[in-house]
Amino acid sequence: MTPVDGAGASNPNLPVDRAVTVGREPSSSPEQIPQLAEVDCPPELQERIEALMARYPERKSASIPALWAVQERYGWCTPEGIRQAAAVMRVTPAYLESVASFYDLLHTSRVGAHRIEVCTNISCWMRGGDELLDAFRAAAEGEDVFVTGFECLGACDIAPMASIDQRYFGPLVPGEAQTAIDQLLSEDAVLPEKSLERRPLAGDTEVPR
Amino acid sequence: MPHALETRVLLEHAEDPRLATLQGYKELVDGYSTLEKAYRSMEQDEVLKALEDSGLRGRGGAGFAMGKKASFLPRGDMEKYLCCNADESEPGAFKDRELMQRNPHQLIEGIAIAALAAGIGRAFIFIRGEYDRQADILDAAVLEAYEAGYLGEDILGTHRNLELVVHRGAGAYICGEETALLDALEGKRGNPRLKPPFPAVQGLYGGPTLINNVETLSNVPRIVAKGADWFRQYGTEQSPGTKVVSISGGVRRPGNYEISLGLPTRDLIYELAGGPLPGRSVKAIYPGGSSSPVLTAAEAMDLPYSFEAMAEAGSMLGSGSVIVADDTVSIPHMALRTARFYHHESCGKCTPCREGTNWTVKMLERVVRGEATPMDLDIISSVQENIMGHCLCVLGDSMAMPVSAMVRKFRGEFEQVMAAGEAEHGIDPHLVVDLSPEALGAAS
Repeated sequence: MTPVDGAGASNPNLPVDRAVTVGREPSSSPEQIPQLAEVDCPPELQERIEALMARYPERKSASIPALWAVQERYGWCTPEGIRQAAAVMRVTPAYLESVASFYDLLHTSRVGAHRIEVCTNISCWMRGGDELLDAFRAAAEGEDVFVTGFECLGACDIAPMASIDQRYFGPLVPGEAQTAIDQLLSEDAVLPEKSLERRPLAGDTEVPR
Repeated sequence: MPHALETRVLLEHAEDPRLATLQGYKELVDGYSTLEKAYRSMEQDEVLKALEDSGLRGRGGAGFAMGKKASFLPRGDMEKYLCCNADESEPGAFKDRELMQRNPHQLIEGIAIAALAAGIGRAFIFIRGEYDRQADILDAAVLEAYEAGYLGEDILGTHRNLELVVHRGAGAYICGEETALLDALEGKRGNPRLKPPFPAVQGLYGGPTLINNVETLSNVPRIVAKGADWFRQYGTEQSPGTKVVSISGGVRRPGNYEISLGLPTRDLIYELAGGPLPGRSVKAIYPGGSSSPVLTAAEAMDLPYSFEAMAEAGSMLGSGSVIVADDTVSIPHMALRTARFYHHESCGKCTPCREGTNWTVKMLERVVRGEATPMDLDIISSVQENIMGHCLCVLGDSMAMPVSAMVRKFRGEFEQVMAAGEAEHGIDPHLVVDLSPEALGAAS
């Protein structure tokens, strides 16, 4: 590899910033694909990712599903988890991290044991989504629960709504935020009567404001 | 009970939970009989012709003729792909969620028949990561279909093959754009690609690819079973068929309603969705999701709900998602909400969209804080014009269309909000800097 590819490379008499030359020393050489032996990947995770790769004509297609698997295992996409997935997929960790950081549901920093996304987009905003988000934030204070405002979750029929550990609930009133978090932490069924699955097809229900 | 103004075709028996199972699908709506007929006794061209004759238009937003799109795929033995776009992320849209949750096999059968029409052997359902429950339902249904021999190798002993994989996204609106969807499916960040080449020529893994929305593909089995004439009895000449319309916002009964296209918008909002909440009135609507230019109540109510009528009125039917804003909604704040969404979701690849959405949000924030001047409204409009048509995909346009419509149609309200800010912050919103040479000369 040429040490410098700027002007200094062709004319040795020009002063070259040492940071440029020294910066290109081995410490910043292109990232290598980690070897499986060096990452200590749990066998279940390895099997899972290998099965995911087998579903596609090209293994890289399994990037997002593999990151989901990492997140499921560790609670978020930890650097170690990403390295393990990268070793199994034979891609660089940087590649997977670039994918993970693009998507809102993949977390590259620690989040709580439970995740709540509150929709604050147009239809939910019209029906009190902001107040609902405030209520969830207050109720989750000091608990291992991650609360965030989120763009349209595709459930404007039950606005204002929230996705609690990937399940939809609505229409919610701010007072139900505390109930939901209490149920979540005591491992009870969360707001069963507000689950999307209980909702009949439109026409029979009137949603009170 | 469905309302008398509803026409339930795709949502037939949808309230019956058995419909989500293979057995229920077969018993209730004679499911998979069309797949059997098509795979056993129909040629590719015959299926394709039925789709073309039906005039079925894409239900994802663009409204392009589905049969025509399928016919663009080259013939030959190369690897071809079908991607079902189930990344429904348009604010206001939740129809695909309902269709997948209540009737997953209808979609799978539609995918299998569309694949036959275009000579495709491998298909994917790209579903947004947020729809975790619906993806579970699809996974279970796909497994059932494999076990019953409707998917996989040598389907029903016909020597025809189709592999189908449910692929979950991870939260990015842009992945609903067809080429960004392909990148995401290839395991990359979801960035749109330059078109042409169009996906029908060079799509997933570089192979010809057919991309259709969930509702579009869900229409396929009945069209092939009952014929184009049956399909065309619903809807209008240019918008044949039924449409599942998502209605939300300031209405009494938000939800999904399946209608024959061309139903008056007034009936949709007042009869089906129950009209505005007590004591309120309708101020404006987004007729086709948050990307569609808003219509005032006066403009919208007498229009038939169809692709062509909405286009003539300067808006669009889009994905068929009506968001109703009642008289308590502040339009400048709604514009800001809309712009923030697109700013958040812009992938950042094209400058007009990345910067345009960013600055539109900043300017609208100034407007609602009362720190803007009337000139800002003109700048907002001009920024929107400079986004339109200048990017690889239409995400930027999707903000520009509704925001510029709001500024144009509700300018008075924007000015009011700014004037109210004047009282609060002591900034004169009517301050206009005179830049004429005379004025500048006088100043110096």
